Amino acid sequence: MHEISVMQSAIEIAIESAKAQNATQIHRINMRIGALAGVVPDSLEFAFPIVCQGTMAEGATLEIEYVPALCRCSSCASEFEPKDFFYECPNCKALTVDLLHGKELDLAFLEVS
Amino acid sequence: MDSTDHAKRAEAEQRTIVINQGVLSKNDLLARSNRTLFKSKNLLTMNIVSSPGSGKTAFIERTLTDLKGRLRGGVVVGDLATDNDAKRIARSGAPAIQITTGDTCHLDAEMVAEATAKLDLDALDVLIIENVGNLVCPSGYDLGEDLRVVMLSTTEGEDKPLKYPTMFKTADVVILNKMDIAEVLGFDRDTAWSNIHRLTPQALIFEVSARTGLGMETWYQFLEQRLALANQP
Ligand SMILES: Nc1nc2c(ncn2[C@@H]2O[C@H](COP(=O)(O)OP(=O)(O)O)[C@@H](O)[C@H]2O)c(=O)[nH]1
Ligand SMILES: [Mg+2]
Ligand SMILES: [Zn+2]
Repeated sequence: MHEISVMQSAIEIAIESAKAQNATQIHRINMRIGALAGVVPDSLEFAFPIVCQGTMAEGATLEIEYVPALCRCSSCASEFEPKDFFYECPNCKALTVDLLHGKELDLAFLEVS
Repeated sequence: MDSTDHAKRAEAEQRTIVINQGVLSKNDLLARSNRTLFKSKNLLTMNIVSSPGSGKTAFIERTLTDLKGRLRGGVVVGDLATDNDAKRIARSGAPAIQITTGDTCHLDAEMVAEATAKLDLDALDVLIIENVGNLVCPSGYDLGEDLRVVMLSTTEGEDKPLKYPTMFKTADVVILNKMDIAEVLGFDRDTAWSNIHRLTPQALIFEVSARTGLGMETWYQFLEQRLALANQP
C-alpha cells in the first residue's frame, strides 16, 4: 500500500509549508491526481486520517481533483483523451506515448489558520 | 487594538496557501542527483521491476555470470525481509548490496543513494537495481536509472500488461522471461507482444530464459551498445 507513503510525503510538504507561513492548523488539503499517477484515490482517502493523526493536520478534510489523461499524437499532433490505456490517436490511428496530462500527483493548496 | 490582538485575529482567520508541488518532488530531486552521479561515472543504470517470482534475480545472476570479462556489473537489490537475493547474486562474483525495505513496497531514490554509496562505482560499467517484487508501487518512484526494465514471465499470462498498464507504460525495455516453458504453458506470444506494443510502443522487447540462456545474447549485445553510447563524450 504505497498510498500511505505518498500521503505521508504530501502531509510532510503541507506541514512544512504551513509552518513556514506561521500557521498552526491545517483545515483543508487539496490534491490533483492524474488518471495515470499510479495511485488509487480511495486508498489515499483511507490513508489520509491515519497520517494526519497527531499532527497540525488532524481533523482536516481532503479534496481530490481528478485529472483525466490527455495525449498529443506524436504523428499528427492532435490532442485527444484516450478511451483506454492504449493511446491510439482517433485521427490517424498512430499509437502515442506523449502525455500532456494524467501523471499529476500534486499538492495544490492548503487552507490554514 | 494593540498588536497582539491583531496577531491573534490574523491567526484565527483561515487563509489559503498555494503549493502546486509534486508530492514526490523530493524523490524526483534525489533521483536527479543520483542520475548526475551515475552519469559522471559513465555507468549504465537500470531499474528492474516485476511481480514476485518473474525471475529478476535469476536474470541478473545469469547476466552477470555470462558477462564476466565483458563488462563489470554491480547490483542493488530490494527485498521486503531477507537477503537471499543478494547472496544469490554475490555468487556470480559481482558486488551486491541488499536493501531491506521492511513494509515499504518500493525502492526510492534515497535508499538507492545510500546503497550505492557502499559500492565502488568507478569500478563498474553497469549498475542493476532489482526493485521490490511489485507492479504497482514502484512506478512513480524514479531512482535515477537510464533504463526502466519491466519483466513479465510466461507463467503470468499474456494479458498481465493490461492489468498493470501504468507500470508497463513507463518501460524502456520489456523482458519476456521463462520462454523455455512458453510452449507447455500455451503462452500466446503474439497477443503478449501486441499488448505490450500497444501499451508502450517505444519499448524494446526481449524474449529470454534466465534458466536456459535462450535469447540472452541479444540482450547482452543491446547492453553493450547502450554502454558504448553512454561512454561517448
Ligand atoms: N523455467 C524457468 N524458471 C525460471 C526462469 N527464471 C527464473 N525461474 C524460476 O522462477 C523462480 C523465481 O525466480 P527469481 O529469480 O527468484 O524471481 P524474482 O522474485 O523476480 O527475483 C525461481 O524458482 C527460478 O528458478 C526461467 O527463465 N525459466
Ligand atoms: Mg528477487
Ligand atoms: Zn494522430
